[in-house]
Amino acid sequence: MTRPVMRFGAALAAVAGLPAAAAGLQVGVEIPKLEVAEYHRPYVAMWLERADKSVVTTLSVWYDTKMRDAEGTKWLKDMRQWWRRTGRELSVPIDGVTQPTRPVGKHSLSFAEGRNPLPKLAPGAYVLHVEAAREVGGRELVSIPFEWPAKSAQALSAQGKSELGLITVNLQP
Amino acid sequence: MYSLSRLVIAAALACGAGAAMAHNLWMKSSATVLSKADWVTVDAAVSNDMFFFNHRPLAVDKLAITAPDGSSVAPVNVHKGELRSVFDLKPEQPGTYRLALVNHNVMGSFVDAAGQRKRLRGSPEEILQQVPANAKEVTISEGHTRIETFVTMGKPSALRPVGQGLELVPVTHPNDLVVGEEVVLAFHVDGKPAAHVEVSLVRDGKRYRDSVDAQSFTTDSQGQIKLTFAQPGMYWLDADATDKKTSHPRINERRLAYIATLEVLP
Repeated sequence: MTRPVMRFGAALAAVAGLPAAAAGLQVGVEIPKLEVAEYHRPYVAMWLERADKSVVTTLSVWYDTKMRDAEGTKWLKDMRQWWRRTGRELSVPIDGVTQPTRPVGKHSLSFAEGRNPLPKLAPGAYVLHVEAAREVGGRELVSIPFEWPAKSAQALSAQGKSELGLITVNLQP
Repeated sequence: MYSLSRLVIAAALACGAGAAMAHNLWMKSSATVLSKADWVTVDAAVSNDMFFFNHRPLAVDKLAITAPDGSSVAPVNVHKGELRSVFDLKPEQPGTYRLALVNHNVMGSFVDAAGQRKRLRGSPEEILQQVPANAKEVTISEGHTRIETFVTMGKPSALRPVGQGLELVPVTHPNDLVVGEEVVLAFHVDGKPAAHVEVSLVRDGKRYRDSVDAQSFTTDSQGQIKLTFAQPGMYWLDADATDKKTSHPRINERRLAYIATLEVLP
C-alpha cells in the first residue's frame, strides 16, 4: 500500500521545509574587489520602493560613522537616488539601519516583516534598490523588482557592473 | 545721427552690471546639494560663454543671501578679481538658501536745445534730474534684473516669492532637477503668473561645442514652462519680459530679466 506512505512522506517534507523565521527578505550585497591605487570602502544604501516609486523604508545605510563631527555624513548625498527619494528626509544615525562601511566580500542581511526597519508589506509590486558610491570612485545602482507576498521561497538576483557585485534577494513567504 | 537702440546698448555696456543684453551675468556655486553643513564657494561673473570667465567680474556688493528661515546671511572671503568675484558660504540650516543679486538701472537719451543727443545714465533719481525741461525725444527705460542661484542642505525647503519684478516661483524645486524627469518652472511678474515670458536655457560647456544649443520656451497662461533635461550639468536660465509698468510716469518702458544657474543631476 504505497499511497498512505507517500502522503505521510509529503506531509513530513512539507513540515521540514517550512522556514523557521517570520516572512521577510534576505539581501545579499557583494562588494567587488577593485584594483585601484587609492581604495575606500563604498557607501551603500538599500531601500524598498513601491511600484509608484514611493519609499517603504530604508533597510540599511553603510557610511563612515566614526568620523569626528559627523563628517562622514558629507558624502551621503553621493548615493544620489537614495538621497533624493528618502535619505534627505532622514536624520542619521538610525538604530538598526545605519552602520559602518564594509570591506570587499559578500555580505548578507536579514529583514523580518513587521520588525524594524521592515514594516508589514501590503500585497503588491516592490523594488529593492541597492546604491553604492565610492570615494575617488564611481556610483552604481542595482534594482530588483519583486511581488509580495511570495507564494514560495524565491531567490532573485542582479549583477552589478562596477561598484557592486552580485546582489541577491531571498524572499521568505 | 546715432540710432536710439545703439545708444541704449552703448549706455548699457558702459553701465557694466546692467548689461544683460550684451553679456551674460551669472553666479555659479561649487555645489547645490549638500548632506551636511559644509562650505560652498560661488563664482560671480559677466561673460560671453557658459560658464567660462572671459570678460569681467560681477560685483557682489548687493548680494543678498536668504537662509531657509528667512534670515540674511553674509558671504565670507569675498574677493573681486579680474574675471570673477568669489565668495564662500556655509549653509548651516537644513533647507534651501537663495542667493540673489538685484540690479535696477535706468537708461535713456534725449535731444537737447542744441540738437545734440545726450545719453542718460545713473540711478532712477539721478536720471530724472538730468533731463532738462526743454528736452526733446526723451526716451527713458528701466531695467530690472534678478540674478539667482540656490543651495540646499538636507531636505529642500519652500522658497517665499519676492513679489516684485520677474522671478522664478518654483513648482519643481530648483535643487531637485534630475535628467529624464519633467520639470515645471513658473515665472511671476510683480507677484502674478506671467504669460509670454521668453525663457532660454543654455547648458555648461559652450567652449567644447560648436553651437550655443540654447533651448527656448515661452510661458503659458499660467506663467509656466515644462521641460525635461536630457543631460546633466549646470544650466544658465535667462527669462525676459517687457512692459510699461514703470516706476515713474516719465519712464517709458520696463525691461525685466531673471537669470538663474540651475544644477541638473544625473
